[in-house]
Amino acid sequence: MGEQIWADRPAIDLHWPAEGTTRVPYAIYSDPAVYTREQERIFAGPYWSYVGLACEAPEPGDFVRTFIGDRPVVLCRDRHGELRCYVNRCAHRGVQFCRQDSGHVTEWVCPYHQWVYDLDGTLVAVPFRRGVKGNGGMLKDFDLGVHGLQRLQVAERHGVVFASFSPETPPLEDYLGPTMVAYFDRVFAGRTLTLLGYQRQRVPGNWKLMFENIKDPYHASLLHVFLVTFGLFRADQPSSVKMDATGRHAVLCSQRGEQKTSDLTAELRSFHEDLRLHDPRLLDPVKEFEGPETVVMQTLWPNLIVQQQSNTLAMRQLVTRGPDAFDLHWTFFGYADDDEAMQLRRLRQANLMGPAGYVSIDDGEVMALGQNGVAAYPEAIGLLEMGGTGEGDENHMVTEAAIRAFYRYYREVMEL
Amino acid sequence: MSAVGAGVSPTERLAVEDLYARYAEVLDEGEIERWPELFIEDAEYLIVARENHQRGLPLALVRCESRAALVDRVQAITRLSFYAPRVLRHVVSGLRVRRRTDRGFDAQANYAVFQTLADEETTVFSVGRYLDVIVAEGDTLAFARKVCVYDNPLVTNSLVYPL
Repeated sequence: MGEQIWADRPAIDLHWPAEGTTRVPYAIYSDPAVYTREQERIFAGPYWSYVGLACEAPEPGDFVRTFIGDRPVVLCRDRHGELRCYVNRCAHRGVQFCRQDSGHVTEWVCPYHQWVYDLDGTLVAVPFRRGVKGNGGMLKDFDLGVHGLQRLQVAERHGVVFASFSPETPPLEDYLGPTMVAYFDRVFAGRTLTLLGYQRQRVPGNWKLMFENIKDPYHASLLHVFLVTFGLFRADQPSSVKMDATGRHAVLCSQRGEQKTSDLTAELRSFHEDLRLHDPRLLDPVKEFEGPETVVMQTLWPNLIVQQQSNTLAMRQLVTRGPDAFDLHWTFFGYADDDEAMQLRRLRQANLMGPAGYVSIDDGEVMALGQNGVAAYPEAIGLLEMGGTGEGDENHMVTEAAIRAFYRYYREVMEL
Repeated sequence: MSAVGAGVSPTERLAVEDLYARYAEVLDEGEIERWPELFIEDAEYLIVARENHQRGLPLALVRCESRAALVDRVQAITRLSFYAPRVLRHVVSGLRVRRRTDRGFDAQANYAVFQTLADEETTVFSVGRYLDVIVAEGDTLAFARKVCVYDNPLVTNSLVYPL
């Protein structure tokens, strides 16, 4: 991040409860000092953040404007076809020079003083560099070569692009670890991706609530009445939770069942055996992946959820917006070899997901209510004891182990 | 520039306006179960982000390909989904109606939807444009196609009720 220009960062006046990761102090969801440290250590730290799909910028000059944490960056394909990521901040006066969500450029020109950058981020021209009629101009030894855009490290695997502010970030495959690579490759290896479109929302909650939500499979079998009612996700279906060696990444896997009653559904106050879909084309899934799993949700530290629920595929990218809010950018995709029927199937199943999703509405709403509760009581402490106190893999979904693992790693990074 | 109204009689235009008024009424006044009645059986209803619409990307935020799918949406809203209580207010303006060569009308209008949640000020939830096809069904009009293209780059958390 360059030279440190401040002596001390805001102190965090917080002691994690002695019980460890079975407890979460609510202050971490609202304290501005915690948020500031997260931006520095997590989002600007030695980790790979998702920034886009290669198919969003297929040709030289194609770009996508995005964020890592709350820092604006640009993903752009340079004239040699290489994907580059750099800060969306002119090296001169800090102006955010890229304003479109995506598009095509031949060079970047900052609107303020028209500094010009090549697609790889190199500064190539500065107006009035030699002055005007003998007046002004930059210093004689001004070196364009050292005043380019701050560049990030870039890593790509099977068309998925990650970037990091830190040169110390390990290779992507080592960073993910073998278990996560295997699940990642299950969706991406050997496939050419096609972009189906975007859904974007602002959730009035802390970003960690989103990761907790996806790392907690047991809520899905209770909160998501739609999933339970139509047999897509239930606590008695074969399921598992797996982590990488550090606990920062996880996958939740489960297998679809039938719409039926059982001892389990008797425990659910809201199970509706009588409901049916009037247009059943919504749920007409076909098997397309290796293995028995029909849903795999992969959470990759620090900003990505890879969603595979039946045939609906999406990258869910978290963009933090202060301690009290985050944006969720959903990039839905399919494969280049999908036929028309398969693409339509993916588009229909997209009704399950996103800000208007039959499933995801419940999550957005619960996270907002969660933030209302935790932000109002920063001195209070939450409980994570479902499935005991373990932080390892489990072969069922009635557990909060993946959240505990996440917080074990979070505490190390944050020194909390 | 087509002639004013493009062959649409004042009576027909009033009937179209009345359909939009009824549409807003069922959504804003707690009659969501009657919302599908304003569509024909094989109607299409889409809510699409402006960026997807402009770039020709096929993804919708909500995709209903029949009146039955609208009934499924209503069923989810009334019986399955969890959400904080809210009041919406649809304001439709700048209506343009043109007669189609086959049947019915093309209608376009701007909309603004305001949302009121407990403990919060009312906010502009969504602003955009309706791109609709309206046909006669019996002696009333109904939507054969309704596409809501929203301008707001982010949805304010959840879109529960239709636009």
